[in-house]
Amino acid sequence: MQARLKRRYRKERMFKAVGLGGLMTGLLALAVMVISILSTGLSGFTESRLHIDVYMDPEIIGTIAGNTEKERLHSLMQINYSALVRNSLRQKFPDVKGRRNIFSLQKLVSKGSREDIKQRLLEDESIIGKTITMNLLASSTVDMYLKGQISRHVDQSERKISDKQLAWLDVLQAEGRIVKGFNWKFLTSGDSREPELAGIWGAAMGSFLTLLVTLVVAFPIGVASALYLEEFAPKNKWTDLIEININNLAAVPSIIFGLLGLAIFLNLFNMPRSAPLVGGLTLALMTLPTIIISSRAAIRAVPPSIRDAAIGMGASRIQTQFHHVLPLSMPGIMTGTIIGMAQALGETAPLLMIGMVAFIVDVPHGVLDAATALPVQIFLWADSPERGFMEKTSAAIIVLLLFLVLMNGLAIWMRHKFEKRW
Amino acid sequence: MNIINVFEEDRMDNTPDEEVVEPIIQTKDVNVYYGDTHALMGIDLDISPKRVTALIGPSGCGKSTFLRCINRMNDTIPTCRMTGTITLDGENIYDKKIDVVQLRARVGMVFQKPNPFPKSIYDNVAYGPRIHGLAANSTDLDEIVFNSLQRSGLWNEVKDRLDTPGTALSGGQQQRLCIARTIAINPEVILMDEPCSALDPIATAIVEELITELKERFTIIIVTHSMQQAARVSEQTAFFHLGKILEFGDTSEIFTNPKVEKTKDYITGRFG
Repeated sequence: MQARLKRRYRKERMFKAVGLGGLMTGLLALAVMVISILSTGLSGFTESRLHIDVYMDPEIIGTIAGNTEKERLHSLMQINYSALVRNSLRQKFPDVKGRRNIFSLQKLVSKGSREDIKQRLLEDESIIGKTITMNLLASSTVDMYLKGQISRHVDQSERKISDKQLAWLDVLQAEGRIVKGFNWKFLTSGDSREPELAGIWGAAMGSFLTLLVTLVVAFPIGVASALYLEEFAPKNKWTDLIEININNLAAVPSIIFGLLGLAIFLNLFNMPRSAPLVGGLTLALMTLPTIIISSRAAIRAVPPSIRDAAIGMGASRIQTQFHHVLPLSMPGIMTGTIIGMAQALGETAPLLMIGMVAFIVDVPHGVLDAATALPVQIFLWADSPERGFMEKTSAAIIVLLLFLVLMNGLAIWMRHKFEKRW
Repeated sequence: MNIINVFEEDRMDNTPDEEVVEPIIQTKDVNVYYGDTHALMGIDLDISPKRVTALIGPSGCGKSTFLRCINRMNDTIPTCRMTGTITLDGENIYDKKIDVVQLRARVGMVFQKPNPFPKSIYDNVAYGPRIHGLAANSTDLDEIVFNSLQRSGLWNEVKDRLDTPGTALSGGQQQRLCIARTIAINPEVILMDEPCSALDPIATAIVEELITELKERFTIIIVTHSMQQAARVSEQTAFFHLGKILEFGDTSEIFTNPKVEKTKDYITGRFG
C-alpha cells in the first residue's frame, strides 16, 4: 500500500516535470524569436544623418517661378539637387579629385536628401545664395557601417564601403558631424528601392484597407450564416454536409483561396490587380469559416432558457434572435472575428496570387488603388539583396507583431468587458 | 401582502361562478409524439377560468409536455408532433389562422428555473409590453412595470434598483420577476412549470401566496412535484401517469378520496 502510494506520487511529480519542461521549451523559443527580431529590427527605426554646410547656389537653383504651390513645386522639381550636394561635399573635402572619387564621395549621402533640400526651399526662398547647415540623410551603406553592420576590418573588396569613404566618414565623425535620429520616414512613407528611404506606411494602409473589406464582407455573412445554421436551419443531411464542409474549409491551405480569388475576382470579374478590394474579398473567403465556427459556438453557448423565456413572452423567432441571442453571443462572435482578422492580417500567400506583391511606392488611398500588405512587404524586403533591408524586414515584423498583439489584446478585453453572467 | 388593490376595477366583478363555469381551455384527444415516443395519449381536460389547476404525476409522465402544448412551446422542438385539438375561449389554438405569437401573449409561461433576461429589472418587465405594443408612451410603460411588480409583490424590494440586472436578484425574487414579466402582457392563462422547484421553502411560500392572489385574475395551470403544494394552491388536480390522465377532479376530492388506486399510491408516496 505504502509503496503504491509512493509510486503514484512519483508519477505525478514526473508528469508535472514533463509538463513544465514543455512549457519552458515553448517560452524559450518565444524568447529567442522576440530577442532575435528585436536585436536586428530595433536599429531599423533609427537613421544616420550627416551634418553638412550646403551652399544654396543660385546658379544651380535658378529662380523658383510660379504663384501657386503646385507651380512652385513643379519648378522645384527641375533643380539639380545632386549638384548642390556634390558641391557642398567637395567644399568640405577640397582634396578630392577625379570623377570616380567625387562620385564615391557623393555616395555618402542618400538620394533622398533632395527631398529635405526641396522642403527647405519650399518653406523659405530667402536661403538661396546662403550657406545653411543641414542634416543630410546618409546613404544606406554609411548607415549600415555606422550601425556596425559592416566591419572595417575586412578587405575593401569584401565590403560595400571603400577605404576612402571610411576615411571621409572618420573626419566627419571626429568633427561630430554624424547624428542619429528616429527614422520617421519608416513609419510615414511607402516602399522604396533605397533601404534608407523605405517605409511601411504604404503596406500598413494596404493591410488596413484589405482588412476593412474583409471585415465588411465576412462579418455580416459569417454571422448570418451562423445564426441561420444554429437557429433556423432544419437538422438534416444537408445541413450536416454543410457543417462538415465549413469545418473543412477552415483547414484549406490559404494559397488555395488565393488561386480561387485569382480565378474568380481577377479572371472572371476583371477586378483590378493588386487592389485591396480583391485582397479583402479573397481574405474574406478565407476568414468566413473561422467566423462562422466561432459564431456558432457563441450562439450555442446562450442558454436555451433565455430563448424559452423570450418565446414564452410571445417574441417571434427573429425578435428572440436579435433581442436576446445575438446580444448575448456578441462578445464571443467579436472575439472569433478579431482572431479571424488577425489571422487574415498575417496572411501572405493568397495576396501573392492576386498580385499584391508588386513594388508599390505610393501609399494607397482607396480599395481600388494598387497596394501591398504588411506581411507581403516583409516578404519583399526579406527577398531584397541590399543589406539595409535586413533591419527593415525585422522592423516591419515588429510593427506587424505589434498590430497582432493589439488585435488579440482587443479581443481579450472585449471578452472580459462584455461577458454577461446568467 | 395585499396586492389585489392595484387591479383594474373592470376585472373585479368577474369573479368565477361556483356552479356553472364554462371551461376556458378544453383539450380533446391530445396525442403528442417525440419522434417515435408516444408521450401523451388521448388527453381530454377542461380547465376552468380563474382557478388554479395542478398537474401532478411522476417524472416523465407528460405533465410538462402537456403544459407546453397549451402555448405551443413544443413547436420549437423539431421532432415533436401533436394531434387532437386544444381550444382557448372556444378557438382551436392549433388552427392555421391562429398566430402563435399572439397566442403566447394570451397564454404566458413561467419556467422551472428562474430565467430573467440578462437585462435590467425594468427592461425584464417592460420587454413583453414593448414587443406587443401595449404601452403608448413611456408613462404607460412605467405604469405597467409598476403594476406588474406590485402585483408580484416585488415592488418594495426592487423599487430603488430598477436598473440593476434582473439576474442579480435572489432565486425567489428572480422567479417573482419572471411572474411579473408574464403578467405585464396581461395574459388570460399563466402556465407554471414547477415554478418553485429551484426555490427554498420561504421563497416557495411567497410564490404560493402570490399564485393564490393571482388566480383572482388569471387562469393558472401549475405543474408540480410537491403534493403539498398542489393541495395548498389548487382547486383542481389532474393526475398524470405514463402519458395519460388517470384522475381529474377537485383537489380536495383527489387528496382525500382518490378513486384510482395509482393516484392513492402516488399521493401517499408509495411510488413516484
